[in-house]
Amino acid sequence: MRTRLISLLLCTAVLAMPASAAVYLERDVFLQRAFGEVPRSQTLWLKGDIKQAVQDILGHDYRSLRVRYWQHGDKTAWVLDEIGKEQPITIGIVVAADHIEQVQILAFRESRGWEVRHPFFTEQFQGASFFQGTELDRPIDGISGATLSVKAVTKVSRLALYLHQRVLAASAL
Amino acid sequence: MLLLTLTAHAEDTPSVEALWQMLQEQQAQISSLKTALAENQRRLEDAQRRLSSRQTQMDTNLKSTQSDVISAVEMVDATADAVDALLLQSERTASRTNIGGYGELHINQLDNKDEIDFHRFVLFFSHRFSDNLSFHSELELEHSIAGDGQVGEIELEQAYVQYDYSDSHRLRAGLFLMPVGFLNETHEPNTFYGVERNNIEKEIIPTTWWEGGLALEGELAPGVNYDLAFHSGLKLDTANGSASKRTSIRSGRKKVGEAPAESWAATSRVRYTGVPGLRLSLALQHQQDLTQGDADNIGIGGISANLMVADLDYQRGGLGFRALYGRWFIDNEINTLNPGADEQYGWYLEPSYRINEDFGLFFRYGEYDKTAGNVAGNTEVEQWDLGLNYWLHENVVFKLDFMSQDTAGASVDGFNLGVGYNF
Repeated sequence: MRTRLISLLLCTAVLAMPASAAVYLERDVFLQRAFGEVPRSQTLWLKGDIKQAVQDILGHDYRSLRVRYWQHGDKTAWVLDEIGKEQPITIGIVVAADHIEQVQILAFRESRGWEVRHPFFTEQFQGASFFQGTELDRPIDGISGATLSVKAVTKVSRLALYLHQRVLAASAL
Repeated sequence: MLLLTLTAHAEDTPSVEALWQMLQEQQAQISSLKTALAENQRRLEDAQRRLSSRQTQMDTNLKSTQSDVISAVEMVDATADAVDALLLQSERTASRTNIGGYGELHINQLDNKDEIDFHRFVLFFSHRFSDNLSFHSELELEHSIAGDGQVGEIELEQAYVQYDYSDSHRLRAGLFLMPVGFLNETHEPNTFYGVERNNIEKEIIPTTWWEGGLALEGELAPGVNYDLAFHSGLKLDTANGSASKRTSIRSGRKKVGEAPAESWAATSRVRYTGVPGLRLSLALQHQQDLTQGDADNIGIGGISANLMVADLDYQRGGLGFRALYGRWFIDNEINTLNPGADEQYGWYLEPSYRINEDFGLFFRYGEYDKTAGNVAGNTEVEQWDLGLNYWLHENVVFKLDFMSQDTAGASVDGFNLGVGYNF
């Protein structure tokens, strides 16, 4: 009887709570924090050798034909999606010169692995650059029980770093 | 003399008629040149007019071409936007329902077993009803073939509805895995070392263990996670089988298949993951009555029980270390069924080293005892394992391990081979 009562109270309390989606940071806020005055967005077509490199980094094609980015000088910002296990994680990455300045989880939709959104994890990427090819110059320590989310964030960070390099190389021509 | 000179000069000077003739000819030439010049001027003006006209036409054409190019770029952009939107919509539609799975084939070459077994073939199905409401399930075929007289089973290991009622808290209702230990919740073959799941988690926790009920999980602070579940309980078969079977926690899993619900259970867990690579976890569980009201039949009261499982996982670079300790504190009424069964415990230590993306080595030492309260005899089981994982792909793994198990005077040695996948 006591168990039944507790279960009933628990259900009532839960259903009375407001529901909300797991959006932790709006894209515009992320960009404003990165640039102050947000530059106009540009697009980069994922074709030719870029498309192949994207496949190599992610292990599959990216979900769209182009990616949108924001650039001011040698700083770029990217908002990219990658699936951890089942649902896309929306990740914001700022790259300056040749290194990652910040990684932010904007939205998380997976049923496990939400710990990747915390600074204690994302701060590992600050200052990271490429060491050999498109590998990061440092190991990223994972989170037990969040392996797939950790892999997704790491891959997307490498992808942003690669795309940033391609954009800066094209600008220098 | 002068006269002669003038006379000679007069003879060289053209006559007036000749001069007039020359003048006429020069005048004609001048007229001709004027005419030619006028013609050239006219032609030049015509050319300039045509050039100007062509320039105007070219300007018009250029503007038109520029406009066309801009329109084309806009159309390409619009098309690309539409295609991307379609891809996203398609992905979102497709990703509302997901299929995944894992599987593992094992070869055991042990003193007491020479066997090949497709141990597990598992399919995951999930569906997202809305941003904060989803369904998750896991359907498993064990030992390759199921049916009357066959060795295998088809089992529903997970089937629950999850309601994310805030960013950091969610509710699960249905059939779910117990939040205890490492392998009970995360047991895809590419995520752990060793061909077979370790015996401590298998015999003491007992992995894989699921129950039906209601669970809350979430985050109290960054890296501090909690689980709180109210669910169906274990049911020991107190009337049949050997003494050890009648008090085996593992045999008490009724798997939510027309399972008795006289007595319930509750599980809580606190898990700390606030440092990258570190996990510290403590789980506590209370079972109201392991007999589900059957104790009267054997002349005793109910058998309540408590489980405590503490675990540590630390990965730093390639180095890894796992440790787990689990212990049951069971009402000593259970000793009437099997002396010493009121204390059941197990622990293991597992250092490992991930050499690179492809290879990892591990060593594990563990002990467990399911009748530790029996002071009359030594029933402890000791086991060490030494092995290698080779990840052909991050989700495909080949495994090899050597093991040695000692149980009061008996030992089992040998090696295991396995291949596993996860998608």
